[in-house]
Amino acid sequence: MTTTKKTRLVVIGNGMAGMRTLEELFKLAPDLYDITVFGAEPHGNYNRILLSPVLAGEMTIKDIMLNDVDWYAQNGITLHLNKAVTRIDRVRRKVIADDGTEADYDRLLLATGSNPVMLPVPGKDLPGVVSYRDIKDTDEMIEAASRYRHAVVIGGGLLGLEAANGLKLRGMDVTVVHLMPWLMERQLDRTAAGLLQQSLEAKGLKFLLEKQTAELIAGESGRICAIRFKDGETLPADLVVMAVGIRPDTGLAEAAGLHCDRGVVVNDTMQTYDPRIYAVGECVSHRGITYGLVAPLFEQAKVCANHLAQFGISRYTGSVTSTKLKVTGIDLFSAGDFTGVEGAEEIVLSDPAGGVYKKLVIKDGKIAGSVLYGDTVDGAWYFQLLRDGQNIRELRDRLLFGQSHLGNAGHQGQNKAASMPDEMEVCGCNGVCKGTIVKAIKEKGLFTLNDVRKHTKASASCGSCTGLVEQILASTLGGAYAPTPAEKPVCGCTEHTHAEVRKSIRQHKLLTIPEVMRFMEWGTPDGCADCRPALNYYLISTWPHEAKDDPRSRHINERVHSNIQKLGDYSVVPRMWGGVTSPEQLRRIADVADKYHIPAMKITGGQRIALAGVKKEDLPKVWADLDMPSGYAYGKSLRSVKTCVGNAFCRFGTQDTLGMGIGLEKAFWGMWAPHKVKLGISGCPRNCSEAAIKDIGVIGVESGWEIYVAGNGGTKTEIAQFFVKVKTQEEVMEYAGAFLELYRQEGYYLERTAQWLQRVGLDYAKCNVVDDAKNRGVLYRQLLGALAARKDPWQERTREGFEKQEFKILEILDEVPS
Amino acid sequence: MSEWVRICPLGEIPRLGSRVVQTGKGDVAVFRNSSDEVFALRDQCPHKGGPLSQGIVFDRKVTCPLHGLTVQLDSGEAVAPDSGCTHRYRARVDKGEVYLNLS
Ligand code: SRM
Ligand SMILES: Cc1cc2nc3c(=O)[nH]c(=O)nc-3n(C[C@H](O)[C@H](O)[C@H](O)COP(=O)(O)OP(=O)(O)OC[C@H]3O[C@@H](n4cnc5c(N)ncnc54)[C@H](O)[C@@H]3O)c2cc1C
Ligand code: SF4
Ligand code: FES
Repeated sequence: MTTTKKTRLVVIGNGMAGMRTLEELFKLAPDLYDITVFGAEPHGNYNRILLSPVLAGEMTIKDIMLNDVDWYAQNGITLHLNKAVTRIDRVRRKVIADDGTEADYDRLLLATGSNPVMLPVPGKDLPGVVSYRDIKDTDEMIEAASRYRHAVVIGGGLLGLEAANGLKLRGMDVTVVHLMPWLMERQLDRTAAGLLQQSLEAKGLKFLLEKQTAELIAGESGRICAIRFKDGETLPADLVVMAVGIRPDTGLAEAAGLHCDRGVVVNDTMQTYDPRIYAVGECVSHRGITYGLVAPLFEQAKVCANHLAQFGISRYTGSVTSTKLKVTGIDLFSAGDFTGVEGAEEIVLSDPAGGVYKKLVIKDGKIAGSVLYGDTVDGAWYFQLLRDGQNIRELRDRLLFGQSHLGNAGHQGQNKAASMPDEMEVCGCNGVCKGTIVKAIKEKGLFTLNDVRKHTKASASCGSCTGLVEQILASTLGGAYAPTPAEKPVCGCTEHTHAEVRKSIRQHKLLTIPEVMRFMEWGTPDGCADCRPALNYYLISTWPHEAKDDPRSRHINERVHSNIQKLGDYSVVPRMWGGVTSPEQLRRIADVADKYHIPAMKITGGQRIALAGVKKEDLPKVWADLDMPSGYAYGKSLRSVKTCVGNAFCRFGTQDTLGMGIGLEKAFWGMWAPHKVKLGISGCPRNCSEAAIKDIGVIGVESGWEIYVAGNGGTKTEIAQFFVKVKTQEEVMEYAGAFLELYRQEGYYLERTAQWLQRVGLDYAKCNVVDDAKNRGVLYRQLLGALAARKDPWQERTREGFEKQEFKILEILDEVPS
Repeated sequence: MSEWVRICPLGEIPRLGSRVVQTGKGDVAVFRNSSDEVFALRDQCPHKGGPLSQGIVFDRKVTCPLHGLTVQLDSGEAVAPDSGCTHRYRARVDKGEVYLNLS
């Protein structure tokens, strides 16, 4: 024996709490101990929670492994799998396993979890009667499902329902038997439980409530064949799953003389009555409470690791827990106390027909509990308010409508991640808040969901916050983020996504639609009305002077440069630069309306005039007589540039908005884009041109111009985001132009700037345009280059006779004798 | 009694495009696809009467410009999941000229 020998740590129990403690310990003091782990199961460390999706056939055992045996080797841990410790010798400080293996310890960690409770009824040991705790049980259930028909699950709690759902999905006829008058009575109130039961019944599950099991009956083969209840009724059963509760596994500790009371009793540092022995997880009793969910166990693991690492600064003071049911398609969330809290009031939103039920229990102006069914998006928020003990009096009248109703209503839901405060908890299982995730992404350079899971544990347990974590990735990384689930293909004609198509067109310099289709092995001869316009746009925006526009791959509006209306007529909206017009122009418009009997004239929402109900054949004549440029009111292109009067007339105006608006419009007209692009220019923050909801909004202030990007006033309102502040008109042109060119080159067809920016992130656009002057110059020149050869489409058709046949109706030439 | 009528040279209908012919029976849309087949349909979408002639043509189909219903050019039937049918006329090309049968 040498003096350099490390302190020995032995861990009993290779489960979720024990191994989490080691992971936490390695973060603090990787080399402090010589570690030995005993595990009664023959597997590495796996995510027990996810046994439910495995049973349901949504995941495999491989997917749920947390630490395989290599991990133990890499960390120098001596691992004894398939060996249950049967004795702790506290005097000689060693543990002895069932096969005689011994290990000496200086510190011992108990993490033995709990055992499923088996009802003490006759027949409980028959073949075909199982509990639901580990891989072996799960395998047995999967096996039974492939051979037998009738399953009975005893216990209508979380575990029982997940088991029942899995067995049903595997084709069994499943009945859930529950002693209580409603399901999950510890988490749900009667109304929510009723809704839950209905949804599960709709999935084909059957329920027997207030039923007490009397006996399990064997068939001829010796396997279970039926179940009998106290009231004498029987039910066929080839598989019985007992999910009636768990009991902390304290046998070993008790035999070693450690103080136990339901669980192994620990103090706030997770130490048992023997100071050399720590305990964490479901086997523990802390301040009189034993926990059966992972979130508290992980908190315990962290505290325990801190003390094992000899930091000695953290304490575990108990947890408030929340529950979700992991049955795909059912949204259920419950947290805190919600029944029988003295002096409490309830706020309830109940829409049983719509399948939504929300209840908040309020005590002393604070949330004491919540049950959400059907719509659980705000679960995390309520849970946060609950745990923080925040006073909600101010929020009370809007509380049930959710967090999104507090701020700017009408914003896209996806923005939730971006607007979440850093302290807000994202992953309830692992207690990870948004700030931690963002920090890890930035500092450790994480790019994928899996990276985030590995580094922060967020979404690594029950997985129900996966969507939120992905949103955080997207909003933090912007363009660098590669979402895990494959993006959707362009349309039914191909497997390829928009991103792949764009990439191939650029990389392989594809110049025509047939070339793209051949190269990317399109499944149809000519594509369809969805993919052809997209391909046409990708080609002309990537290779502006080389790829030729294909009118046959344009929607009619862009093919005839007018907007088709419901009766098959068209509207004509000429460009009025910056919304500025003149008596002469207005007279001409009026004359045209008279001459062609145009049924309606209207001032549009874009500060110009629409002539509605024009016959297609009249279009070229109308355009010629108007002698005004096309306003592109029909195109995925630059539309209107809205201005206010600015300092030319307005008493608040700080800048020449008319000059700016007209300048921008003259620079960028005729610019095709993934979707339409609208600009707004205001002369002061009163913002009369609504610049805050434009794709590019420019707001004049005394010291220059503020540029905002990616607003949208359409289907989903989006407020434009501040991009940069500049001084001169030239700078506005360059920044706005470069931003638009980036969107033109990288946006997906039919994605407006708002959705595009949501996908790639504001930071990404800033990196490319604001921070990188050289790149900005390149982008801006590319845009100007692309626009160099543009022609006004109306003139092209009236003066050059382009696409003449579009506007001519055919007549019968002659009849042909047969 | 045969009612074949001559319309125009094939070259006056763009590939994957169409023309409208005024007839005693109303507007007829004449389509040409990428294999130079020609088809004729009454120029009214079974959905809300939109002008099918203005739609995007592909394969033996056209998608209505108003709300996107797709119609089979060789039968006038809407493509599933949509339903409905528009009248189809016979059409052929002979020595570079397009003929319709309006019976
Ligand atoms: C004419 C006009 C309404 C009016 O009488 O004022 C109009 C008319 C149409 N709008 Fe609009 N929009 C008009 C201003 C707007 C505005 C207000 C604005 O531009 O300041 C908006 C909200 C602002 C925005 O776009 O962010 C607007 C948001 C939409 C949307 C939703 C876009 C979105 O991203 O959610 C659509 C649908 C689409 O484009 O897919 C749409 C689509 C349409 C179409 C083109 C429907 C269609 O696809 O055929 C309408 C053509 C009618 C026709 O008979 O010509 N229109 N539309 C306005 C023309 C403005 C112009 O001079 O160019
Ligand atoms: C199907 C299922 C679904 C669940 N879903 C959720 C959920 O959605 N959310 C949630 O928060 N929680 C859920 N849970 C509960 C969660 O899995 C447990 O709270 C957690 O696993 C407890 O961790 P633990 O380390 O204390 O115990 P365990 O993970 O059970 O680990 C204990 C380990 O110790 C071993 N062991 C015991 N005695 C000995 C011995 N003497 N020698 C050697 N090894 C020994 C056991 O074999 C076991 O491997 C679910 C549980 C199950 C079974
Ligand atoms: S934006 Fe400001 S300056 Fe311009 S019109 Fe409105 S209030 Fe006047
Ligand atoms: S009229 Fe053709 S789809 Fe509606």
